[in-house]
Amino acid sequence: MHPFAFSTVDHPAEAIAAHARDPEVAFIAGGTDLIGLMKDRAAHPERLLDINGLPDMARTEALPDGGLRIGALARMSEVAANIEVRRRFPVVAEALLFAASGQLRNMASIGGNIMQRTRCAYFRDEDGLPCNKRSRGSGCSALHGLNRNHAIFGWSEACVATNPSDLAVALAAMDASVIVRGLTGERAIPFTEFHRLPGDTPERDTALVRGDLIVSIEVPARAEGRASHYLKIRDRQSYEFALVSAAAAVATDGRRIRSARLALGGVAHKPWRLTATEVALRGISLDETDALRSAIARSFADARPLAHNAFKVELAQRVALRALQTAGARA
Amino acid sequence: MSNTTKGDRDNTATVAVGGDATRQSPDVDAEHARTQEAVRLPVSMTVNDRLRAMTLEPRNTLLDALRDELGLTGTKKACDRGECGACTVHVEGRRVLSCMTLAVMHNGKRITTIEGLERDGKLHPMQAAFIEHDGFQCGFCTSGQIMSAVAMIEEAKAGWPSAASPDVASQVTVANLSPAEIRERMSGNLCRCACYPNIMDAVAEAAGRS
Repeated sequence: MHPFAFSTVDHPAEAIAAHARDPEVAFIAGGTDLIGLMKDRAAHPERLLDINGLPDMARTEALPDGGLRIGALARMSEVAANIEVRRRFPVVAEALLFAASGQLRNMASIGGNIMQRTRCAYFRDEDGLPCNKRSRGSGCSALHGLNRNHAIFGWSEACVATNPSDLAVALAAMDASVIVRGLTGERAIPFTEFHRLPGDTPERDTALVRGDLIVSIEVPARAEGRASHYLKIRDRQSYEFALVSAAAAVATDGRRIRSARLALGGVAHKPWRLTATEVALRGISLDETDALRSAIARSFADARPLAHNAFKVELAQRVALRALQTAGARA
Repeated sequence: MSNTTKGDRDNTATVAVGGDATRQSPDVDAEHARTQEAVRLPVSMTVNDRLRAMTLEPRNTLLDALRDELGLTGTKKACDRGECGACTVHVEGRRVLSCMTLAVMHNGKRITTIEGLERDGKLHPMQAAFIEHDGFQCGFCTSGQIMSAVAMIEEAKAGWPSAASPDVASQVTVANLSPAEIRERMSGNLCRCACYPNIMDAVAEAAGRS
C-alpha cells in the first residue's frame, strides 16, 4: 500500500468538517473494501480518518412501530444475528449472511457495506487497464471485453460494472432510507436514490458529497417485511459475489398477492427495482406460476445484455420468480 | 504465494522522519520518497495475553505487525487480499482477517493468534482434532482454519445463524451444526491441498465435544 497519514475522531462534527475540507481524507470503519482497493491501487487517499470511535453509531434498534434503525458502524455479523432483524425482515438477515465470509462479516460495517465501490475485475486490475471509473476518459475495458459478470440494465458506454452489495438489494426492495449527516445538517436519502447509474460520470457511485457521514439506515415497518427472502445465485455456493440475486417480499390475502416488492442484484450499477413487475403482480395468486412469470417479464423489456451475459436475462427472471414464491411461503 | 519479504515490507523498512505526507507524482519513485515522510505511530495491544508495544506506519496491516514486528509467524500470509482466510486471528474473541485491517486500528485491543491457543503446553481441542483427523497436507492454511473454526463454534453457541440455516428466524445451537452448516461457516478458509473432508471431520468432532 502507498503511505498515508492516520488519525481517529470522536465527534461527528469534526469528522464531517475534516472530510468536507480535505479531498484527500477517506473515512475508514471496517476497512475491508477500502484496504482491498488501496492494495489494488484503485484508491489512494492521503489521509485515513478512523470513525469507529464515533458515539451511538453501532447499535441495531428494533423500533416500536415495527421498523429498524441500524447504526452505520454496526458490523454485518451483529446485524445478521439480531433476532428482531431475523424476525421482522428475513430478507435483510439473509442478504447479510449470503455475503462475504464469517471473518469479513465480523469486520465490515453496515455503512461501509453500502459504500462498497461498484466494480468489476478491470476496475480492480493492478496493472491499470483502461477503466473510466478508475481513470476518467481512459475507456471501458469490459464493454467489448470479458463481460459475463456485468450489467444488463442501466449501463452506459462509460461503465458496465455491477454493484456488489447484497444488503443494498434487500434495502432497496424495502424502501429503506440512508440517514446522512453533512455540512448542511441531517437528511434521509431514499435507498433507491442512494446509488447512481453510471451515465458519463461512472466514478461516482452514490449521491453522497464531500462531508457526508452515514449515520444509520432506517428500515420502516412494512406489511411485506416478514414474508421476505433473499436468493443469491453464484458460480460457487459460498463466499462469492452474485451472478444474479433477488430480494422479494410480499403481503397476501390468502394466496393472492396484495403487494409485492422485488429488487435484483448483479444486473446493474445499482440495486435494480422491478417496479413494473410489482404493479403487475397485484391480485395474482402465488400458485399461478405462468401469471407470475408474465408479470416478472414486464420489467425485462428494457434489458440490454452484453456479449457474454445474455444468460442473465433468463436467469434473473427465474431467480425473481423463485425468490417471490419462497417469500410467499412465509406469508 | 507471496511472502513477507516482498512488496510492502521493502518500503516499510525505511525509517520515517515525520512531517506531512504531501502528494507527489504517482510513480514508484515518488511513492518511495513519500515513504520517508510517513509518520510512525505508537500502538500497543495485548497479544496472546502479553502486552506488546510497537511503533508502526499506518499502512502496516495487523498481519504484517504480528509476523514482522512480533515474530509471530504462525499466522500465514497467502493472498493478502481477504480471499483465502490463512491470516485469520481473533480480535476481542472474534475471527477477523488480519491482512485486511490496519494494526494502528487495534490500539488497546486483545488479539489471539494460533500461538496463543494452547494452555500449559496442552493443545487446544481444535488443534488436537486437526492432528487426529489429518486435517492438513502442506499446512499453510491450517492456522487460519483452526482460528476460524474455534471462533465459528463460539458464534454458533451465541445462536448466530448462517446462510445454511434452514430458517434464519429460528434458534441455532452447536448441537444442530450440520455438515452443510459447518461447510458454509468455514467457507472463508480455502485449502489449496483440498483437505476439506478431513478438515470437516476435525471441526465436526471438536464442535461435538464443545
